[in-house]
Amino acid sequence: MNTQPTKKPFLIQTLVFSVLVIWMVLAAFPFLWTLWGSFKVEGDFFSKADWLNVISGKLTEVETGGKFTGAGYEGAWIQEEFWRAALKSAIVCVFVVTISLTFGTLGGYALARSGYRYAFWFLIIALIFRAMPPITLVSGYLPVFFTWNLWGHLTTAIIVLVAINQPFTLWMLHSFFKNIPQDLDESAMVDGCTRFQAFRHVIIPVMWPGVVTTGLFSFLLAYNDFAVTAVILSKENQTMIPKIASFLGTTQTKGNVMFAVSAVVSATAPLFVMVMVFQRQIVSGLTAGAVKG
Amino acid sequence: MTHKSFFWFVLPSSLAMLLFIFFPIVSVIVQSLHVDHEQVIVSVENCDLFGCTESTKIDQEATEALRAEQPLGRFAGLTTYFDRNHLATAELKESWETADNWRDFGSQLLNLPFYKAIGFTLAFTFVVTPLVIMLGFAIAVAVNSAAKVLRGPLIFFSLLPMMVTPLIGSLILFWMIDARGVIGTLLQYLAGDPELSIKASTPLMWIMLMVYGVWHAAPFAFIVYYAGLQTVNSETLEAAQIDGASRWEQIRYVVIPHLLPLTTFIALMQLMDNFRVFEPIVSFAASAHATSLSWAIYNDLGGETRQLSSAAATSVLTILGVAILLFPVLVRTWRDFNKK
Repeated sequence: MNTQPTKKPFLIQTLVFSVLVIWMVLAAFPFLWTLWGSFKVEGDFFSKADWLNVISGKLTEVETGGKFTGAGYEGAWIQEEFWRAALKSAIVCVFVVTISLTFGTLGGYALARSGYRYAFWFLIIALIFRAMPPITLVSGYLPVFFTWNLWGHLTTAIIVLVAINQPFTLWMLHSFFKNIPQDLDESAMVDGCTRFQAFRHVIIPVMWPGVVTTGLFSFLLAYNDFAVTAVILSKENQTMIPKIASFLGTTQTKGNVMFAVSAVVSATAPLFVMVMVFQRQIVSGLTAGAVKG
Repeated sequence: MTHKSFFWFVLPSSLAMLLFIFFPIVSVIVQSLHVDHEQVIVSVENCDLFGCTESTKIDQEATEALRAEQPLGRFAGLTTYFDRNHLATAELKESWETADNWRDFGSQLLNLPFYKAIGFTLAFTFVVTPLVIMLGFAIAVAVNSAAKVLRGPLIFFSLLPMMVTPLIGSLILFWMIDARGVIGTLLQYLAGDPELSIKASTPLMWIMLMVYGVWHAAPFAFIVYYAGLQTVNSETLEAAQIDGASRWEQIRYVVIPHLLPLTTFIALMQLMDNFRVFEPIVSFAASAHATSLSWAIYNDLGGETRQLSSAAATSVLTILGVAILLFPVLVRTWRDFNKK
């Protein structure tokens, strides 16, 4: 594609440039706008009079005396106790990622090394499970969870998210393990290791890049989930995303929509950092399934 | 790998999937065939000076006992599937007979909750998927021809719409298109109508939901295509140049065939993901204008009265929809596997 970049005609260069500029604005502007606006009062963020108010912070100055205000953050984190939800989210993510990866590496390794037909069907069934919208499964859990009193607990949500995560984790780790040469563990087994010892001493030390990448996507699934956590968790156990959704129900009427805006910015911040640090792994993870087939 | 060690290695994840994916599907099917118990009604005779009157009341104890004994409810067969909230066969037949023309029939159809949901779900799936593929391709080609130093930051910002939580991403967009938000104001200015409100108009709401869908998913197509472009065979490309292929012909006959398998992959993932569209409808508070199958299930499950049977019936119909969508792919995989 870029064998002779200098020879590109002017028209094509302009076209490329405009696609890039437009896409960058579309991709980045909403986040910057909301981040900026979260430090203003509601009258500025949703301005009836003049949209420029959110930039100058006219009403923010009138109401609070400064150009910026942290009132939204204070309201969300302290008054509405968003920190509890953040803590719950952290717990859920840590456990979901650890358990998914433990189950997933064992299963993915076996699937990559077994040449039998049932391994193929196992993957196909996992693909079918991956296609199920999570909310359809949730309606299957509820009657059972109510009868056995399992509804509302963090543990339940963690186990459910791990299970929903499995098909994807298996597929991804299976394709990573396929790229680790088979000779490696087979020579260990020739030397007298059992299958599990070969896995433990030979494969585990070299599998970390794939595990980190898969872990990122497991984390995203647990962190971003709304369908499962909103229905399965009780009000006291809500994680961040259902909590933000419940802000909209209760606080919008009270004129405290800025709580939701600041909560949204707070919940986006970890994702920002994650993309910044792990950009390379995310890109390789997204393409692993596609390019290697 | 021996059968025995394969079994032990896949045991934990098979158990997790069996218990929390396979059994729930069975549970959903069973639940959808049952409905809640009717309340047990007893008639009581009240006698006073003026004679006796008979009245009925609900026997709470007997109702509770019945519910505890058979928590699933009573068996109802397929009735839930055919009621007004699902396939609505009776209503369908009536409007088929009374409707004057197709348009009328269509609008009556979209007033029925299930058809409204499936209508939007299908429209969303089949509008957003091709747009995502086209936009993703355009961005990939553009980023690929940008200077090398710029590519890192370009990819970083491109990833954001996809990485951000769907509920949050759609909320951010929703606040901007609010009549008092920045895009809402811009649209009012462009349309020359200060009263224009996206929340009040069904077509605009559909368009905004689809815009969100494309915005959210385009980065995925972009990344996959971008990685594909890195592996285009440069020798073939040079040979085409020497043979006098124009820039467009090079793309048409070398690059696009190379990217075709990737397109199948993106289309498959997008069909699965777009069919479950859910969060933007919650964020946009769009349920008056557009609902989806996932939203219909969520709506039945939440709230004061949890309508488990209704949710279960919609879930089974959704799973059937997913099966129909995936069927061609599965048949192809099966054929490929048998060829090997």
